[in-house]
Amino acid sequence: MTLSDMMNIGLMQGFAGLSLFAVLLLMGLGLAIIFGQMGVINMAHGEFMTIGAYSIYLAARVTESLAPAFMPYYFPIAIGLAFVFAFIVGWIVEWVLIRHLYKRPLDTLLATWGVSLGLQQLFRTFIGPKEVSPTLPEWLMGSWTPHEGLDIPINGLFVLALTALVTGGVLVALHKSRWGLRVRATVANRTMANATGIDTTKTDRLTFAIGCGIAGMAGAAFTTIGSTGPTSGSLYIVDAFLVVTFGGAASLLGTVVSAFGIAQTQSISEFFMTGSMAKVLTLSLIVLILMMRPQGLFAVKVRR
Amino acid sequence: MSRDSDLSLDALALRRRRLLQGAAALPVMGLSGLSFGQSQFPTAKVNTTKLAVTDTEVTVGQLHSSSGTMAISETGSIQAEQLAIDQINAMGGILGRKIKVIKEDGASDWPTFAEKSKKLLVNDHCAAVFGCWTSASRKAVLPVFEKENGLLYYPTFYEGLEQSKNVIYTGQEATQQIIWGLDWGAKEKKAKTFFLVGSDYIWPRTSMKIARKHIENFQKGSVKGEEYYPLGHTNFNSLINKIKVAKPDCIFAAVVGGSNVAFYKQLKAAGITGDKQFLLTLAVTEDEMTGVGGENFAGFYSSMKYFQSLDNPNNKKFVEAFKGKYGKDAVIGDVTQAGYLGPWLWKAAVEKAGSFDVDKVVAGSPGIELKTAPEGYVKLDANHHLWSKARIGQGQLDGTFKVVAESSELIKPDPFPKGYQ
Repeated sequence: MTLSDMMNIGLMQGFAGLSLFAVLLLMGLGLAIIFGQMGVINMAHGEFMTIGAYSIYLAARVTESLAPAFMPYYFPIAIGLAFVFAFIVGWIVEWVLIRHLYKRPLDTLLATWGVSLGLQQLFRTFIGPKEVSPTLPEWLMGSWTPHEGLDIPINGLFVLALTALVTGGVLVALHKSRWGLRVRATVANRTMANATGIDTTKTDRLTFAIGCGIAGMAGAAFTTIGSTGPTSGSLYIVDAFLVVTFGGAASLLGTVVSAFGIAQTQSISEFFMTGSMAKVLTLSLIVLILMMRPQGLFAVKVRR
Repeated sequence: MSRDSDLSLDALALRRRRLLQGAAALPVMGLSGLSFGQSQFPTAKVNTTKLAVTDTEVTVGQLHSSSGTMAISETGSIQAEQLAIDQINAMGGILGRKIKVIKEDGASDWPTFAEKSKKLLVNDHCAAVFGCWTSASRKAVLPVFEKENGLLYYPTFYEGLEQSKNVIYTGQEATQQIIWGLDWGAKEKKAKTFFLVGSDYIWPRTSMKIARKHIENFQKGSVKGEEYYPLGHTNFNSLINKIKVAKPDCIFAAVVGGSNVAFYKQLKAAGITGDKQFLLTLAVTEDEMTGVGGENFAGFYSSMKYFQSLDNPNNKKFVEAFKGKYGKDAVIGDVTQAGYLGPWLWKAAVEKAGSFDVDKVVAGSPGIELKTAPEGYVKLDANHHLWSKARIGQGQLDGTFKVVAESSELIKPDPFPKGYQ
């Protein structure tokens, strides 16, 4: 192997780590908002991602049959749709179920788990038990080859860009917008926030729905990498919880750092050992660190 | 499978057999000759072991995962077995008895499989059970079938190294899939170096062990890498980089289920496509293809005994019947076809034995042949596996497979190949 080959592999391997980081972060983000800001353990997070993924699939099917010429452009719009659908379902779930359980955080775990099982059955009944995968626009599938032997997957770049956009958006919204102010006030002290005239009921519903909407976008982005089936959600959710728990529940910065740490450990060790062993190593490291820091990497003091 | 051809075939075979046995001349059978029923086969005679057989009905079990992660794969087997049973019933059933099915859900959970198999055999007294998909579920029910003396028709291609009196294997074992596929790759594609990759459980690991022995000891080639990833894994970028470093002639894959989609999408995104690199897989059928998408698999090869596009009259009828029942978008993968063979093989064995008793059906099974199988002619070996052809299909852009190679003869099943254990 020549030196330039080694350079290429090094660059591609670095990019593999980055794109895994983007995927993990996108998965964990919606969960972190709901879990961190509201204390709700959303076991249905994976199913909201699945809703997003199915939105892309349906959009692709509709576009294919009604306006095939539009195929190269449908994807960005479909991502918007994925957000909207997941947002609406999240809104309804919060209104029907979650709002009655804020005083019993552990029960939200059971309730959302029930939601997740129900949604899985709905997917199976109305969309079918088989895994599906949308037809993606041609431009998204190839690789960018700056020079011979160096292939950077375009879907990886796309997910990376989307993650940067969404994470940036959430951070700005949380710290610069009125909604963000209300959320932070509610998290800090719900009773006092209520007393100052903040409608915490509305804030909670919006926060939950936004978290779900982001999960939908994550699922949408995921269709560029994997397939979608009724039980895909249970595959996503382990990684999502891992990222959030490791990062420290209430901290968005923690989520970013933990996604980066997990992705790089996994990606680098994968190159030097087998895939299964790399996973074992990554998980053991997480367990070790959590034993030393039970609250996660970044702990935020919250007054309830 | 047409009603008429099968009717006459079975009627003829039965008449010949009765004559051979020197039995009293059958009543004139004619075309309605399949209503044998009780008079020729009284229940007390065809069932001496308390199976669930009445004068008009025989009960069988169907044990697959209709929920959980394996539902995606096993749905096809459930549908194909049901189709065969419906067709047999429409022809008048077996020995004049209609087949009644008790469906149980193994829920992709191996202890549940064991428990449900016990229920089907001990409580329901099923005369036969069609079921299981993964090797793990088969290994879980095997002791139950052996202890209760049940009869299982197992449809999946698998790693071999197993044979039981109580199981009829209708899928292919290693020599008919792995070894034939590797030999084809070495001969036609001049593959000398291989990179083995699979999901991390019993079937891929054992398959790759056999593949490695074959490559190193028999083909004098070399294995440049061997990797396993957890079930459901979706990030293969590091693996792809390793493959790029190793530069193998052949990527030999046994990645299963949903992971396949991620695997092929990422291979394509990393510039590894069918025109640049030779890839042969043991685990992509038409079923997986619906998720993977033709554009991601085009040009790669799959080693199977059956493809939906097989061009023969049997298969045409089978595909038509299957789509007629399950919709025009339904696809038929290798295992689905093998599932379809189960009820037909059982019917033939029961009629040969003139009894539903498991021991008699098992004794009558070797040598049973099916001329009407969608994959072509098959016959059952004494080792309870099928003689069948091996085939290589090349993935097409539209998601179908084009058969590019086929063994000239039926391959004798050999679940314990020498030098591979």
